[in-house]
Amino acid sequence: MRLGFGPGQLELAGALRQALERECPPSQVRASVAQGWSRRRWRALAELGVTGAGAPPERGGLGLGLAELALLVEECGRAGVPEPVGPSAAVAVPLLARLGDGQAGRWLEAVAQGEVVAVVAPAGARLVAGAGRADLVLGAGPSGLVALSPPAGVAELEGSLDPTRPLAEVDWALARPLGAPAGPLGALAGDLGALAAAAEALGVAQRVVEMAAGHARSRHQFGRPVGSFQAVKHLLADALLPLEFARPLVWRAARSLELGDPGAPVHVAMAKAYASRAARVACRAGLQVHGAMGYTWECDLQLWLKRGWSLASQWGDEARHRQRVARALLGPAGARAG
Amino acid sequence: MPEGSGIDLELSEAERRLRDQARAWLSANVPRPPLASMDTAEGFEQHRDWEAKLHAAGWSVVSWPTAYGGRGASLTEWLVFEEEYWAAGAPGRVNQNGIYLLGPTIMEVGTEEQKQRFLPAMASGREIWCQGWSEPDAGSDLAAIRSTARPDGSDWVLNGQKTWCSRGAFADWMFGLFRSDPGAERHRGLSFILVPLDAEGVSVRPIAQLDGETGFAEVFLDEVRVPGENLLGQAHRGWEVAMATAAFERGLSLRPPGRFSAAARRLVELARSRGLGPDTPAADRVAQAWMDSEAYRLHTLWTATRMAQGARVGPEASLNKVFWSEMDLAIHEAALELLGEEGQLLRGEGSWLEGFLFAQAGPIYAGTNEIQRNVVAERVLGLPR
Repeated sequence: MRLGFGPGQLELAGALRQALERECPPSQVRASVAQGWSRRRWRALAELGVTGAGAPPERGGLGLGLAELALLVEECGRAGVPEPVGPSAAVAVPLLARLGDGQAGRWLEAVAQGEVVAVVAPAGARLVAGAGRADLVLGAGPSGLVALSPPAGVAELEGSLDPTRPLAEVDWALARPLGAPAGPLGALAGDLGALAAAAEALGVAQRVVEMAAGHARSRHQFGRPVGSFQAVKHLLADALLPLEFARPLVWRAARSLELGDPGAPVHVAMAKAYASRAARVACRAGLQVHGAMGYTWECDLQLWLKRGWSLASQWGDEARHRQRVARALLGPAGARAG
Repeated sequence: MPEGSGIDLELSEAERRLRDQARAWLSANVPRPPLASMDTAEGFEQHRDWEAKLHAAGWSVVSWPTAYGGRGASLTEWLVFEEEYWAAGAPGRVNQNGIYLLGPTIMEVGTEEQKQRFLPAMASGREIWCQGWSEPDAGSDLAAIRSTARPDGSDWVLNGQKTWCSRGAFADWMFGLFRSDPGAERHRGLSFILVPLDAEGVSVRPIAQLDGETGFAEVFLDEVRVPGENLLGQAHRGWEVAMATAAFERGLSLRPPGRFSAAARRLVELARSRGLGPDTPAADRVAQAWMDSEAYRLHTLWTATRMAQGARVGPEASLNKVFWSEMDLAIHEAALELLGEEGQLLRGEGSWLEGFLFAQAGPIYAGTNEIQRNVVAERVLGLPR
């Protein structure tokens, strides 16, 4: 029994972190608000193997498991990468990989190699983050996967919370069916989506706590760094707490989902509930520690706050996923887990 | 997942074997009805006998080396054992300050003679230990200790007062911190000394706890003479020894996850037996308690995995202590809420009140949660003191 990562896996995540420090400094995250997503950065991620990390090697991927993908997506969350690495690499790729050859196979190779940026939503969802900027929008439902190629059927809306991944209104009537695998794909897509959002939220929460700790060390009031005050210390310690305990839940959920463990949906629900809370608590504390500075457009913190708030609710918020757990524990006897 | 992956939640062959053996032994041997409270004279001796029984069957200190009474189990095997132990409803561990805290410290810094002298008797429950750290004016500010240790020939002569010694009313030995160099300030000049509570000059005054039983004691020391070999670690370097003990206390060993997994499972069973619907506010608390216990179990496994790869438990152990103590409170609060007035009876099958009262102490003992949050902020997040 073990839960963690080996040196090779940690090295890959470390290499990605280093690359993102170059490719995605806060100024670049901010630039994407006006300029949109960066093809150049996406190509760099493809060269590192990130876009196709979850695709099988014969399709041009690294063949990594979902837990390792979660580690990579967390790094992207930490760096604030505007492009949808989680949705594309950790949701679209595993879903397309289940559909086999034909059009789905061609899409899989294109997404894995970084030629196509994909986002995924439950089929029929009216609002989809980033759909107006993606090359491929997948809808997952009980009857399988459907595909839209923007701009057809997609209209980006003004004034989204996370301006780096604006919401777009989607008209699914224009979508073409890609096929249906064996098994309930809609539920699997929901679990993959929640897992990817949870992993990214961990990275966002981590970065927000780091930024707040940095600010608390350098900002002086009453002649002392504000981080020397116990009220500030406890606020940040409490922000680290749910984050630290969410990580192993996310990795366990990834592993269960990959193995097709019957407990996987409940494991994913626990992971998303915890990670959503970790993001919410970190964002609240991070903003409080920054004071009025944190409430400005100019302060980079806002870019992570908005990503964090947005991810906390995507594919189900804390309350919804906790309710899934409650139903598994206390619902009709036949449907119980645990 | 390719080879070399670090996640495998299946039990290994050895873990499964240990689980099956532990489960079989516990189901045949766990006392029914439960033992009397270990905070009574009668219950204390019942718990001592239970320790001896565990020891005879090789279950008292599974992760210790066989030479000292253990079975050399790995950390994960130990976690598996603890899951079984608490799931079986087995008694609380009356020698927990010995086997979980002092024992590992002696293994780390003790001499070979000290290991031979103290560890086997600790493992078998023949000698039960309490902790002598706090004093009337030294609680969270532990370095304010004023009890003294004066060298005299090869002996130490102890004077002063220790308090909040859990199980001190009936214990055989106390490990304590004493000021041995009156000229040195605070963290320097302390020594970690092992004190037999039947020594001349020791008087023990029991203190009743919230439940009315004598779970605490004050220990007064008046010219108590102990031999030099009772010094653990170097003279005047007791603070470092104590911090190693505290790391065990906050880290893995004091509160293994099995305890909370068992409590959360009991809570779910209670909710089911009351017909609690899943879409109610109370169900939310039950689900949260279950998630918390799972998070703690998996987090501990992650820590154990890193330790097996050679890592040491650092200041992040303070996060653990805050987490389990607050989780324990939440689990018991949820149970009492489900029980209503029935929950307000201390005794009887299925009572949660004793656990509820004990959970209230969690955020205080083993370093208050306020101190732990300071440690996290200063030593994990790098905030200034």
